[in-house]
Amino acid sequence: MELTTVWFSLIAVLWIGYFCLEGFDFGVGMLLPVLSRSETERRVVINTIGPVWDGNEVWVLVAGGATFAAFPEWYATLFSGFYLPLLVILVALIVRGLAFEYRAKQDDARWRARWDKAIFFGSLVPAVLWGVAFANIVRGVPIDANKEYIGNTLTLLNPFGLLGGVTTLMLFLTHGALFLALKTDGDIRHRARALAIKLGVGTAVVAVVFLTWTQAITGSIASAAFFVLAAVALLGGIYAAFRTREGWAFIGTFAAIAFAVTGLFVALFPDVMPSTIDAANSLTTTNAAATSYTLKIMTWVAVLFTPIVLL
Amino acid sequence: MPWRQSVDLLDIARWQFGIITVYHFMFVPITIGMSAIIAGFETMWVRTGKEQYLRLTKFFGKLFLINFAIGVVTGIVQEFQFGMNWSDYSRFVGDIFGAPLAIEGLLAFFLESTFLGLWIFGWDKLPRALHAACMWIVHVGTLLSAYFILAANSWMQNPVGFRFNPDTGRAELTDFAAVMFNKVQMVTFPHTVTACYMTGGAFVLGVAFWLMIRKKTPDADRAMYRKAVRIGAAVTLVAGLGVAFTGDLQGKVMTEVQPMKMAAAEALYDTEKPAAFSLFTVGSLDGSEEKFSIKVPKVLSFLATGSFDGEVRGINQLREEYKARYGQDPGAKYYSPGDYTPVIPITYWTFRLMIGLGLFVAGAAGLILWVTRRSRVPGGRGWVWLAVSLPLLPVAANSFGWIFTEMGRQPWAVFGLMTTATAVSPGVSVGEALTSVITLTLLYAVLAVIEVGLMLKYVRRGADEFVEPPDPKLGQQSDEPLAFAY
Repeated sequence: MELTTVWFSLIAVLWIGYFCLEGFDFGVGMLLPVLSRSETERRVVINTIGPVWDGNEVWVLVAGGATFAAFPEWYATLFSGFYLPLLVILVALIVRGLAFEYRAKQDDARWRARWDKAIFFGSLVPAVLWGVAFANIVRGVPIDANKEYIGNTLTLLNPFGLLGGVTTLMLFLTHGALFLALKTDGDIRHRARALAIKLGVGTAVVAVVFLTWTQAITGSIASAAFFVLAAVALLGGIYAAFRTREGWAFIGTFAAIAFAVTGLFVALFPDVMPSTIDAANSLTTTNAAATSYTLKIMTWVAVLFTPIVLL
Repeated sequence: MPWRQSVDLLDIARWQFGIITVYHFMFVPITIGMSAIIAGFETMWVRTGKEQYLRLTKFFGKLFLINFAIGVVTGIVQEFQFGMNWSDYSRFVGDIFGAPLAIEGLLAFFLESTFLGLWIFGWDKLPRALHAACMWIVHVGTLLSAYFILAANSWMQNPVGFRFNPDTGRAELTDFAAVMFNKVQMVTFPHTVTACYMTGGAFVLGVAFWLMIRKKTPDADRAMYRKAVRIGAAVTLVAGLGVAFTGDLQGKVMTEVQPMKMAAAEALYDTEKPAAFSLFTVGSLDGSEEKFSIKVPKVLSFLATGSFDGEVRGINQLREEYKARYGQDPGAKYYSPGDYTPVIPITYWTFRLMIGLGLFVAGAAGLILWVTRRSRVPGGRGWVWLAVSLPLLPVAANSFGWIFTEMGRQPWAVFGLMTTATAVSPGVSVGEALTSVITLTLLYAVLAVIEVGLMLKYVRRGADEFVEPPDPKLGQQSDEPLAFAY
């Protein structure tokens, strides 16, 4: 297999990991004001993701770094093109991260209430905008012959992009609710599970529409297979939640997100950012890639060090 | 793109880079330096069993986490902004610059976040020695992180191990080892890391010194703070000597690969042999005319070449040399009239402030070691001010050092290869860039207020009473939600 394909796959894996993992902590963050009714419950909700959220966030940092190293043109076009949405995502992630760290540092209800708002909005905004961004990457955006994005922020807010945003929002909400049902006990657990089932039904509808639309725009047989698996996993998850098997339910949404994102990357390949102006302008795994020497070094580093880090 | 607009965008992008990078690097050295000191405190607790070391570990651990949080969240912007504001730079150097950045993410971020998580949540789950080891691993993670990012920066100062490919129009990596062991990196990394130890040491020193001499502190605790003062001061002094030594080495390499930066550090317009070092100069605003100056003969020659009689080339001669080598300065229209010349008053003063503040802090640490010898405790308002300034001054010195080295490289983004003016994103509008710099600056200002407020609160509170950590062999003793209360 070409090293460019290897790195495309690795970056896909990083994004899949990111969405599966940070997806539930985005969901928990958004559900904080919905599901918790007292300070203790808020503590319980936040403590479920307290030890893991920043580990989850590392995935996106590594994905960004890997994109820069392996596909510098992709990194340059994407980040300078999707400028304002990325800025908003960054601000949200900053505020949210600090909220987790600083919330308990003052014994003051107003202080905590402000950080709770930061957690809510800091989770909501990226949950929507990552979906908008990925839908647009897969659909294609106006890219000129100099590999420059020539649209603006409104270009990204097209119906397909927005539907992508709603899809990730709903998926992460359901995923987060199931995580809470799995990790908590008592009243809040039942509320989380009940909400997950309601959300799950809506999510299934939105996700099926979005994935079908994606398949119609740019899909292949392989991507269709992944989208079907995603739908099956999601429906299975909702059924498991209904049967009060929270563990299986969480695995279901986890797998649904993984299959859906895999399908998106499969549909994207071998492009990394298709151009809607002229297919010749599209960034691909070959014309956006670093040299094979750099990719070789990066591959060795990844092969040698990833197992050490994971241990 | 109209000329005027590209200039504006460049200004904005440079201001943003300066603001958010200097801001980020206020917190990073404290993290790097303090992680080692905290790991040291905890190791001493494990080995001696003395309560004071555990109390110090937990006290400074709390301050460390407040600081670490800001360092991490502002680090995210660092990684993304190359693509956002500097897309042409990213395209041009991505093949070389991206790899160290990605490796940093893979190794260092995973190491840091995983082991810091274990440290925070592992008090009642890990054996004591292993728990202390977690903080040591966090420290190693921060060092790795620093190594890779400094290798990337050193490449911008002295590009090596690459070739320019005319077909793709970009710099391409040919020798990874050359990039990793760049001679600039070989002096920059030790200089930066010793500065980090100095910063961490001075932080511990300042905070502990203030608590030790404060009236409100319980007398029983003064001996404990005194211990931290002595350790902090020793670290600061030794690291300070290391900073001076490595800085001297760095100056010589810099003179070799970027002679203009050394000339700009002194505002040396014409070649001198031997060259004097001026401590203080009053001149015209653009730095070209000197009105008053205190000079120490031959010192610049020594700093630049290692010999008191060495020749140091001046800005005017270097400019002619650069013109001959690189053609007309592509950035000249922006930097006129001083093409190939950095902004001299900035390089001149940041160089002096960096050195002056560094020496002051190391000197203060030495002085404090002296006045606290054999269980003496000094008192008086002057000492309070010194204690308060000690955590801040190295942070300022670090910032001046970075402003010097980055502004001193101008007009180049990558020395000799790419000017900063051509590195900026062509597709980003002035409105977008302005939105970004204003949003981030305001956000960072608010964060600074919150962070300082929290720091002061926890410093004033002092170290908590000693609590024997639960024995992990007995398992979790209570079912209360995780001990670290979010």
